Amino acid sequence: MSTFLVEVVTPERKVYAENANMISVKGVEGELGILPNHIPLVTQLRIAPVVIKRDGKVDVIAVNGGFIEVRKDKIVILAESAELATDIDLDRAKAAKARAEQLLSAKRDEIDFRRAELALQRAMNRIGTAQK
Amino acid sequence: MAKGMRDIKREIKSKQNTKQITKAMEMVAASRLRRAQEAAQASRPYSEKLKEVVASIAAGTKDVKHPMLETRPIKKTGYLVITSDRGLAGGYNANVLRKVTDAIRSKHKSNDDFVLFVIGKKGRDYFRRRNMPIVEEVTGLPDAPTFADIKIVASTAVQKFADGTFDELYVYYNKFVNAITQIPTEMRLLPLESVDGSAASTAAYEYEPSPEGVLEALLPKYAETLIYSALLDGKASEFGARMTAMGSATKNATKMISNLTLTYNRARQAAITQEISEIVAGANAQS
Repeated sequence: MSTFLVEVVTPERKVYAENANMISVKGVEGELGILPNHIPLVTQLRIAPVVIKRDGKVDVIAVNGGFIEVRKDKIVILAESAELATDIDLDRAKAAKARAEQLLSAKRDEIDFRRAELALQRAMNRIGTAQK
Repeated sequence: MAKGMRDIKREIKSKQNTKQITKAMEMVAASRLRRAQEAAQASRPYSEKLKEVVASIAAGTKDVKHPMLETRPIKKTGYLVITSDRGLAGGYNANVLRKVTDAIRSKHKSNDDFVLFVIGKKGRDYFRRRNMPIVEEVTGLPDAPTFADIKIVASTAVQKFADGTFDELYVYYNKFVNAITQIPTEMRLLPLESVDGSAASTAAYEYEPSPEGVLEALLPKYAETLIYSALLDGKASEFGARMTAMGSATKNATKMISNLTLTYNRARQAAITQEISEIVAGANAQS
């Protein structure tokens, strides 16, 4: 089975680098399932889990936005932060979710609202990834 | 014991205490320097990759228009200055602050012509004392700053350029060369110099939703990343400078202690000699 190299890079470090068979991400235009020899592509990602399949194993990474660059034999995901499911602190994510929800219900000006919305998305992304 | 001797002894003691402190600070800085260098290294793949993608978009699509790439007539300038929170780092802060002040003095007549973004307590206090306009400040950064720590100041700076508050943005920081050399550096961040597209891969990418759309989201990130790597470089420089400064302070203290010890021993010998000659003189007088 053909494979390609998948790298997840954040400003602080390289989170992930493995040979994989398939990857599925959520782009701004919709979900993408990518197999080796895909046409070169660059797109923005939504705040969502990225699922990577390799040798019958499945890795899930919580990626907070960013980009994906697809080449024939290599995929690079650039994100401001990304965590493997095993690295996620579930309690902290739950606390963040509660905080964001509280901010949303308070509903002050627009910037705060937007920020809380993003925080909520990130928290839910982490929780979803950790429980997968 | 003569009075002079007691003073010398006290002085030696105080120098020894100082030496102990500077020695400890030197060693702490040395170990942090290593970690800071590693962090700077670890951030490189991200910024290089981003640059590659930006370059390949710029190369692949002819004349992309984006406000961040356009040079506008300069009415107002933004400066982002990276300093440390604590002193005792040799010329680390003074050098970079002098460079900024010189640039501001030569370019601007009034405080309305520029705005400042400051990272670090030293820089903030310096500009505050001079009543210069600080828009955003970050202090109390940890030794290993994360991207989230400076996200706000970086994105505010980029945002303010995009909405036309100022027409160019400079970053001032100490570029890390090695542990004893740090060069205060000026970097023009915005408008982005047309990214060197010659090295870009020839692969024609598909862009979703569109090249412009991707570029629009990518360029601010790219600028923020450049700020972050400047910060990491600055951190490494800070520890390098502190290590060197504390190293030479320790050396100076050692030298002073050995000089004082010599003086002390001489004074002690003189006191003994005097005592002996007094005894001899007394014995001679009796016989």
